[in-house]
Order: sequence, then C-alpha cells, then structure tokens
Amino acid sequence: MLATLKSLAAPLNSAVVQVEEVAADASVAAAPFVERLDAYLVVSGILFVLGVATILTRRNALYVLMGTELILNAANLNFVAFARFGDYGLDGQLMALVVVMLAAAEMAVALAIVLRIFHDFGSIDLTRTDGLRD
Amino acid sequence: MELVGDAAAVVAEGAGDWPAYLWLGILFFGIPLLSAITLIFWGKRIPKGGDWIAQTAIVSCAGMAIWMFFDVIVGQHDPGFVWSSAAQGLEWAWVKIGNVDLSVGIFYDNLTVIMLTMVTIVASCIFFFSAGYMHGDRDYSRFFAYLSYFCFAMLGLVVVDSLFFLFIFWELVGVGSYLLIGFFYDQEEPPKASMKAFMVNRVGDVLFLLGMILCWNLVGSLQYSDIFAAVSAGEFAALSPDHVLAGWDNHALLTLSGILIFCGAISKSAQIPLHTWLPDAMAGPTPVSALIHAATMVAAGVFMVGRMYPYFTPEALGFIAGIGAITALIGATIGLVMWDIKKVLAYSTMSQLGYMMLGLGVGGYVAGLFHLITHACFKACLFLGSGSVIHAVHSQDMRDMGGLRKKMPVTYWTFLISTLALAGVPMFAGYYSKDQIIATAMAWGLTGGAANWIPLLFGVVGAFMTTFYMFRLVFLTFHGKPADQHRYDHAHESPPIMAIPLIVLAGLAIFAGGTINPLPNVETLWFNELVPQPASAAAAGLELDLEIHRPILHDDLAGDEVADAHGAADPHAGDDGHGTEVAGGDEHAAETGELAAAAGAESHGTEHAEVHTKWTNALHASHYPALGLSLLAIGLGFYLARRMYLVKLTDPAVMAARFGPMHSIVSNKYYFDEIYATGVVGSLHKLNHGLARFDKSVIDGAVNSVGLLTRFLAFLSGLFDKYVVDGLVNFWRWFVRTLSGVLRLVQTGNVRDYLMWTVVGAIILAFIMSAD
Repeated sequence: MLATLKSLAAPLNSAVVQVEEVAADASVAAAPFVERLDAYLVVSGILFVLGVATILTRRNALYVLMGTELILNAANLNFVAFARFGDYGLDGQLMALVVVMLAAAEMAVALAIVLRIFHDFGSIDLTRTDGLRD
Repeated sequence: MELVGDAAAVVAEGAGDWPAYLWLGILFFGIPLLSAITLIFWGKRIPKGGDWIAQTAIVSCAGMAIWMFFDVIVGQHDPGFVWSSAAQGLEWAWVKIGNVDLSVGIFYDNLTVIMLTMVTIVASCIFFFSAGYMHGDRDYSRFFAYLSYFCFAMLGLVVVDSLFFLFIFWELVGVGSYLLIGFFYDQEEPPKASMKAFMVNRVGDVLFLLGMILCWNLVGSLQYSDIFAAVSAGEFAALSPDHVLAGWDNHALLTLSGILIFCGAISKSAQIPLHTWLPDAMAGPTPVSALIHAATMVAAGVFMVGRMYPYFTPEALGFIAGIGAITALIGATIGLVMWDIKKVLAYSTMSQLGYMMLGLGVGGYVAGLFHLITHACFKACLFLGSGSVIHAVHSQDMRDMGGLRKKMPVTYWTFLISTLALAGVPMFAGYYSKDQIIATAMAWGLTGGAANWIPLLFGVVGAFMTTFYMFRLVFLTFHGKPADQHRYDHAHESPPIMAIPLIVLAGLAIFAGGTINPLPNVETLWFNELVPQPASAAAAGLELDLEIHRPILHDDLAGDEVADAHGAADPHAGDDGHGTEVAGGDEHAAETGELAAAAGAESHGTEHAEVHTKWTNALHASHYPALGLSLLAIGLGFYLARRMYLVKLTDPAVMAARFGPMHSIVSNKYYFDEIYATGVVGSLHKLNHGLARFDKSVIDGAVNSVGLLTRFLAFLSGLFDKYVVDGLVNFWRWFVRTLSGVLRLVQTGNVRDYLMWTVVGAIILAFIMSAD
C-alpha cells in the first residue's frame, strides 16, 4: 500500500526534487539570510500552518475566511519566491496577481455564503452547519 | 342461399326474368326490413324521427298489396288461384344436409292475397295513427323501427311457402311482439308483460315444433304443396322402427301431429289455456295492441290453422272447435267485468279468436277465416279508438270517463260503428262472418251427438256477452255524465293524423263484408266465392284407413269434415261447384252434386254422399235459426247493457252481488294466473330450489374443497417465502445497515472536520514521500 501511495505521489516527488535543485542553485552557504530561498519557504510554511490552524480551530466563519486568506498568501509567497530564485521570468509574479484577484472574488462569494448561513442558522458558528452529513 | 335446379338457370339470365309476383313477394317483407334497419341505426339523425320512412315503406307495401288484390281477386276472380315460386322452378335451398332439404319460396293463393291486403292496410292506418299517438316520445324512432320490423316478420309469415319458414317468421313476429310490449322499458309492468308473453308463447311453440317434426316424419317435407299432395293422396312415409311413436297408425299420427301444430296457435292466438299473456300485453303502447295483439299477429294462429286446414283430421278439428268454444265463452265472461278499457278489448279479442277457431273446428273454414279478416278491421278501429280516448283523458279506467261523445265525435262514431260490427249487427262486416260461424256450429250440432251442441251454445252465449260488454264500454265511455269533470274538461278530439285512420278502419268495418244486404246469399259473398274450403285430412283418412276407421266415418261426429273435404278433394269440385248454385245455400251445397255423381262409381261413395247430404241439409236448415239466435243474443245484450249502464234501472253492483261467487271468479280471470303461479311456476321454483341445493352442496362442495387444498399449499409456500426468501433479503438489509451505521460516524457534515482529515492525509502523504 505504501508503494502504491508512493507511485501516486511520484509527480509531487519530482516537484520537490526540482525545488531542492532550485534551492541548491540558490543556496550559497555564504549568502545572507534574505538571499536564500529557504527563508521564504520557511515563512510561507509558517503562514500556511497558521492558516490551517486558524481554519481548524476557530468556530467563527470570518476567522475561517481569514485562515484561507493566510493559506492563499502563503502560496503567493511561494510563487514569488520561486520566480525570484528560479529562471521562470515573470510567471510567478503573474500567477500571484491572479491569485490575489481570485482571492478577492472568492471572498465576495464567501461573504455572501456567510450571510446566508447567518440568515439560516442564526449564527456563523461553523460547528452548527453540519447539513452535509445527511 | 343456393338456387335449386332450374332456378339457377333462370337466375343466371338475370333477375329481370323473375316473375312480378316473386318480386312482390320479396319486396313485401324486404321493404319493411330495410326501413327497420335504417331506423334502428340512423333513426334519431333522420328528420322527424324517420316516421316518414316507416310510413312510406308500409304504404308502398299496401300499394303493392292493393295492386295484387285488384289483379288477383278482382281481375282473375278464380277460386282455385295458386301461384308458387316452386312451381316456376324458383326455390332457394336454405339448408341441405343429406336428405334434409329445406327450401323456401313464395306462395300465393286468394287467402294470402287477402291477408296481405288486410295486414298492410291495417298497418298503414296504425302507422299514421302512431305518429300522432307517440308524438314527442323519447324513443319515437325506435318505435317505428320496431313496427317496421314487425311488419317485415308478419308479411314474411304470410307469403312463404313452407310450414318451416312460417315457423321462423312466427318466431320473428314473437320477437316483435316482445319488443313492442316492453317498449316502455322504464316502467314496471311492460318488461314483465313482455317476458310473460315471450315465455308463454315458448310453451306453444315447442309443441308446434314437435308437431312439425312429426309432420316431417310423415310427409318428408314441410312445403305446403308437398303436405297437401301427401294428404290428398293419402301416402305417408312409415316411421322408422326406433321412432318413439312407431306402431301408431297414420290416422292417429296425423291427429296427434295436427293437435301439436294447433298448440302453436293456442299460444299465439291466446286460446285457453295459454291465453294469459294477451291481457298483460296491453301494457304496450295502444297502437301496438291494435296492430299486433288484435289485428295481425294473434290472427297468425288462425291463419296458420287455415293454411294447414287439409292436414287436420276430424278428431283434431273437434279438439280445435272445443278449445275455440271454451275460449270464446271464457274471454267474453271476463270481458264483462273488466274496468280497464284496453283489458275489455283484450278479452274481447281473445273471445273473437276463440270464435274463429270454433268456426274452423266445426268445419266452417270460410267462416273462420272471413271472421279473421273482418275482425282485424273493426278490432283495430276499436283499439285505435280506445287509444284516442286514452290520449284525451290520460286514463284507461272506464270509471274515469263518460260523456265523451260530444267532445270526441269522430272517435265516438267510428267506435260505435266498430262496436256494431263486433256485435254482429246486420249490415256491418262482422255480421256476415260471425253469423256464418254460428250457422256452421249449429249444423255441427244437428249432425252430431249431444256434445256437438257445445260450440253453438258457447258461441251464442258468447255473442250475447260480446254485445253486452261492448255496449257497456260504449255507454260508460261516451254516454252518461262525465265521471271525472277535470279529465272531461281537458279531453279533446284527436288530431287528423289520428282521426283519419279511424275513419278508414270504420269504413272497412262497414264494407269489408262486401255487401250491406242484411239477408245475403251466403255463397255469393266475395270471401265465400274466393276462398273455397280445401280438402281435409279426413279425405286421406277415408282412402288410406278406410277399413280401420270405418266406425269413425260412420260416426256423425266426424262425418261432416270427412264428407265435405272429400268433395273438395275432387279436382272439379272447386271449379264447377259454384255454377250449380243452390238458393240460400253454402259452398258445401255446391259440392254435393259433384260428389253424388262421383259416388256411384265408388264402393263407399254412397255412404259419403249420404253423410254429405245430411251435412248440407243441416247447414241450410240452420241458416235462419242461427240468424234468429244471434239477433236474439244481440238484442238481449244491448237491452241489458242499456238498462244497467245507460238508463240505470238496474244497479250493476246489485247484479254483481246476486252472482257473488261467480262474479268474483270471473273478476279474478278464473284464477288462471294464480293457478299457473302456484302450479307451474311454484313447482318449477321448488325444482329450482332443489337444484340450487344440489349445486350448493355437491358442486360448490367440490369446488370449495379444491379451494381449501390450494389454500393449505399456499400457506406452506407462504411460510417458506416468509422465513427463507424474506430471511435472506432481510439479512442483507441488516448487514448493510449496520455497516453503514459505522461508516456514517465519519460523516459529521462539518466542513472543518473534513479539512482536518485532509490535513491529516496530507501529513501522512508527506511522511510517506519523505521516507525515501
């Protein structure tokens, strides 16, 4: 079973390897901390984990939305960082702009959903919205 | 249908070669049949309910009949006129199996032509009357469809040339009668009455069929010409040894067969004891009573007896005379006490039919059939008159009427004329026929033993009663003071479409006798001239079983028919007989000379001549006494009716009280219905209850035990189904449900839980990937 999962994850693996290669190129041991890709990835990872933690722990829907924003921004940071250190031209920055735009649109829809939830359930406590169960 | 023999060749050249008489015969029943079919399918869509179609049809039939009447009766004026399609080689095989060959064709003689004329003219009058009487009825066109259908059957009955086809049309008129009696099907009485008429007629018809089968055994054919040929030749087929009647001699077989055939006429012509349906049949519309239950269908029985006359032996004729005499008397007595205007006329009809049978039975072939024709005219007029009265006062009870003479002059005068004709007052049509019946009955009495006087006695008493009840009817309805002022005020004369038929029929009631001479020479009456008495089976018996039946021949009881029939059997008797007219004589007289001449050559001839002379002398002798007797009866009847119902010197209630028991018996119609209800119907009910019990215990028992067995097997099968098949299904249901219950725990419906699982999965995946 483990082997199956591994084979499934093979594309991901190669992506990680690529990242490591990029990192290896950029990671000059002597370079200052801000010149290193690792630093951005670590900040991005922290942001991501904070977003996930916010979503998983907070009951308030607005906080959950904020958590999703954190995750999106973590991803944006990754895009920009890889674009800065890899030979990808402006692709990363462009993608980041797309994500920002997308996030705005998503937030508009999400806030509308939250309003609906408030209207239907009388609160925006997400533990109560278990309608997917049935 | 397949053409027989030469006919095929004739027809192959084209129908245009068919003689006009054949065409007429087919059209006589074809036109009304077409009209009936048209009206029954499209009647309601045709303007005016299609009454004009039915009227056109019957009037064209009447036109053809009148043309034939002038062609045959007036033009040829031949007593021996016979035209049959069989003689022309035109005959159709209806059934041909082995040696059974039932063929049909058209047969005319003077009697047929006269019957056709009578039926179509009376029917035409009634068709027009009906248009007024039934006006506005919901089923107007259905009524005319049924009437047309009836005319089809009745005219077919008259023109066919074999007893078998007469029987078929006989049954068809029965159906027509059934349909028309039950015409008002949403009332209570008519459907019951129609069923009763149909069932009572079945009894007679079965016996008729048996008689026909016996006739078939004896003659080997049912064609009139074959039957008459066999009878006059005295040649009959021997019955097969295993026949149920094997061992009977021919004379007895002929008698039995004749009586059985007559049984058909007993039911159809409402003779005792199968008369009970006729009074009930008055539940039908009044024009139907006039057409079917007075003028034509009930007369079919008399017509059939007349048609088969040569076939009847003296014993069978004696039986017919007896039944007719009893019917004439009983019908008249019941007519005395009825209050319903139509019931009086119904019992009168029954009584008059009894007269006709009486006349035929005592040897007055001409008298009986002549009465059939004249009676049809005035009885139809009487019924239509009663219909006109009912139409005006909306009641059938004579106690609601009275004084209508001034309100309804046409109805009154036509009714009065017909009443006089029915009573047999001189100068009216009924006189000429009824008087002949009485005279013949008297001659029968003179030439026989004491029992032979019974028909005369019953006939004269019946004539007295006829006059009484008819004038009672006239006085109660048209004279005196109105019994019900309200009804009287609303009474009105009927419209012309109803009045004109009455006038036509009243005219016939005066002139159908062909003369208004009160003392006619009977022999020169048109009917007597044209419808000669045929040879009777007695002639056959004479030649065939002379030795065996000598006692019967010598017995004066049978002598009359034997003798006169033998005379007519002589081929020249019909032709030359009328030339040697004896003053004041009868047709019998004419044959005497011929017979006497022939008698010398024959060994037995002298005896017959003696018997015959005796009969002829008796007829001459009885002519004026009979006239006196019937005039006396009429006078007495009129006097009593006037005394009791017009000037009211005697209270009818006092008379009723004086004849207490007799009055109650007669009022209850001799308890015939009650006797049949307890005797016949009751015992049939008992039998049916027994059969029902058998059905319930044995047949139903078998069915029920099979049912129980099936039910037990089904129970076992049910158990298997419940515990094995359903058990498997239920197990799987339980398994799936339990498993899903466990799995459902994961599905919280909370998005964050799902996200948590996603994260957990991602972490696990990350560990797996980093394990390399």
